[in-house]
Amino acid sequence: MTELEVTAQPPVTGAPVLEARSLTKHFPVHQAHRTARGRRLGRGADGRAAGRPVVHALEDVSIALPRAHVTAVVGESGSGKSTLARVLARLLPPTSGEVLLDGRQLPASGAGRRAYTRQVQLVLQDPFSSLNPVHDVRYHLERPLRIHGLGENGASLDEAITSLLERVSLTPADQFARKYPHELSGGQRQRVAIARALAVQPKVLLADEPVSMLDVSIRLGLLNLLGDLREREGIAILYITHDIASARYLADTIAVMYAGQIVESGPAQQVTDEPAHPYTQLLRSAAPDPERAAPPVLAARGAPPSLVSPPAGCRFHPRCPHAMAICADRAPRDFDVTPGHASACWLHAKDLDAAQASPIARPPAGQPALARRPVSEPGKETR
Amino acid sequence: MSPGRGAAAMTGEPLLDVRGLCADYGAGPGAVHAVRDADLMLHRGEVLGLAGESGSGKSTLAYAITRLLRAPGIITAGSVRYHSGSGHEVDLLAANENQLRVLRWSQISVVMQSAMNALNPVISIGAQLTDVLQAHVPGMSKAARRARAAELLTMVGITPDRLGSYPHELSGGMRQRVMIAMALALQPEVVIMDEPTTALDVVTQREILEELAELREQLGFAVLFITHDLSLLIEIADSIAVMYGGRLVERAEAAALFRAPRHPYSLGLLSSFPSLHGPRRHMIGIPGSPPDLRQLPAGCSFHPRCPYVMDRCRTDLPPLLELHEGNGRQAACWLQDGSAAAPAALALPAPPAGQAAEPAGRAAEPGPAESAAAQSGQVNLRSRS
Repeated sequence: MTELEVTAQPPVTGAPVLEARSLTKHFPVHQAHRTARGRRLGRGADGRAAGRPVVHALEDVSIALPRAHVTAVVGESGSGKSTLARVLARLLPPTSGEVLLDGRQLPASGAGRRAYTRQVQLVLQDPFSSLNPVHDVRYHLERPLRIHGLGENGASLDEAITSLLERVSLTPADQFARKYPHELSGGQRQRVAIARALAVQPKVLLADEPVSMLDVSIRLGLLNLLGDLREREGIAILYITHDIASARYLADTIAVMYAGQIVESGPAQQVTDEPAHPYTQLLRSAAPDPERAAPPVLAARGAPPSLVSPPAGCRFHPRCPHAMAICADRAPRDFDVTPGHASACWLHAKDLDAAQASPIARPPAGQPALARRPVSEPGKETR
Repeated sequence: MSPGRGAAAMTGEPLLDVRGLCADYGAGPGAVHAVRDADLMLHRGEVLGLAGESGSGKSTLAYAITRLLRAPGIITAGSVRYHSGSGHEVDLLAANENQLRVLRWSQISVVMQSAMNALNPVISIGAQLTDVLQAHVPGMSKAARRARAAELLTMVGITPDRLGSYPHELSGGMRQRVMIAMALALQPEVVIMDEPTTALDVVTQREILEELAELREQLGFAVLFITHDLSLLIEIADSIAVMYGGRLVERAEAAALFRAPRHPYSLGLLSSFPSLHGPRRHMIGIPGSPPDLRQLPAGCSFHPRCPYVMDRCRTDLPPLLELHEGNGRQAACWLQDGSAAAPAALALPAPPAGQAAEPAGRAAEPGPAESAAAQSGQVNLRSRS
């Protein structure tokens, strides 16, 4: 759906290292799963089986990770951002769509998989569970080197491990190599996890909420480390987060996900400072911001939809303060707000007729004190 | 919760007065001193934020205040004076179980960190709500309890037909709302909230904070709000206390702390949150990692990470001192005792008392259009023509 081909940003060089095209991932819902009221899922009101129900975790997601570039994926829990990381890491096979590494699709064989993981590495959220408590740091860093045949003898292994630890600023390296995970702080553990990912000299680093488990005072250190890896070593980084401010700080490009789809993408500062999709506006209005003088007015209400039966049309339309008739009917394609900044929202379409653009009348959301914006102001002004 | 900003100044009588509170885990030479010499004052109707990283002792302090600290946690010194509305005063640390039973929930209630763990998974939320009323309001009829439970749910924005639901049938945000409804069931004077929104998505967090602000306006309770998210705290709290290594290191009005921090740790924390405004700047946060409470550094426990460290900091512990500028500002730092000039970043002029945060000083100043957008919380869609 969205092409993150960024041309305006300076660090971009050439074709993307890793590219996902129209990725879709559905998870089957077990037939034994029942809803709270005891009904079987996947049956219509008339009791007719409606096919095996699935969770639509990713729907037609395209993303490109260029060299020396941080691409942030921002979204709430359940938006599919971690599923995207797992599909990109080939931990999960996509239902449809393809993942291209340097423009090629690697075979699903063991050798193809090994060649892939040699270049694409995943860093997980929780460094307390992603390191093995019974092994020391050296073991964690040795494993990928041995598996991928990168360290032949003891001396070159030692050298490789020392340089890895120094790259993530864990010095003196020989002391840290002998420590066990429980002897390290959260930030140090996450650095070990990153060093482990760097051991195979990957071209792509997929970081799934790498700092959200860490104390605030050490988060920036980790983010700066990722930024350094981008600049010094030209690694393409996917930074997954729910924190729009940290994405603005680190990323070159931001893609915003909602209910399994990318709804907006573009240069980081443009997406955060001039959000073009109502969902991005909602995220921004809800984010903590000490600069704010008055309490914020939320740009929308409610909760994300069920991904077993997502809403027709635009998946955000039930919450959207600007929803128009067409939004409930047809899913929007990407519209260019400015070159390189795309928003999947009908408000940016130029050729809607009056019926399509008529606002959806919706009952007020029950809480009178909650200020709502007049529906679809921007759409009307320009017509 | 900012409507409380003005109100707190007007109704500033003390409600909870914590003096010299110390809490340890374990006893003897191996004891971990989780909270040391905490002095804290919560005023009627105020939102007091308690900020700090994990292991700074903020939750331990809250549990010690309410006498909910579990073994091996023990309170070793101090007093917690609670001034009830009727004018009498109770030392919570000296109170016996019966006195505590009367005060807990009806005067002081707690919203726990993890709603999933705090709610009983095998009992419907309606039963859990009525259980509170049954235990604390003798003589209330079953029907009245049921009606009150429905009313409480409505108050936090949940339809009463969810009374029969079990915790697993509710979303994380709804569970947290149920926790808040339970805490408010007996209209307490003080609600202690321990990271009430940390596990929630930003939109849900914001909705709950809005509801909390409305409820506070209706019911007028004071809140001790514990969180690691200082940027959020500045928005919602009247005043803020910052903890580090088991000690309070700074106390100030929210806007004053944001605009003019006086302790290097507060300054470091503030520059650990990337801004949503202005040009992107390289930030460094705080080097090093939080201290191990079992082996606290000598002198000021922040000195190994402090950019302004002096010889004295390595040996002498700075006390939490009232600063000359007044407004109840306190800081525990040798830079602020008047013997030496504080570095420029720690000597910014504070905004006048009682004012909301306004862009100035250290933080990057947003442009007029940006700040207008930020104030209204609305960012217009770009014109499509």
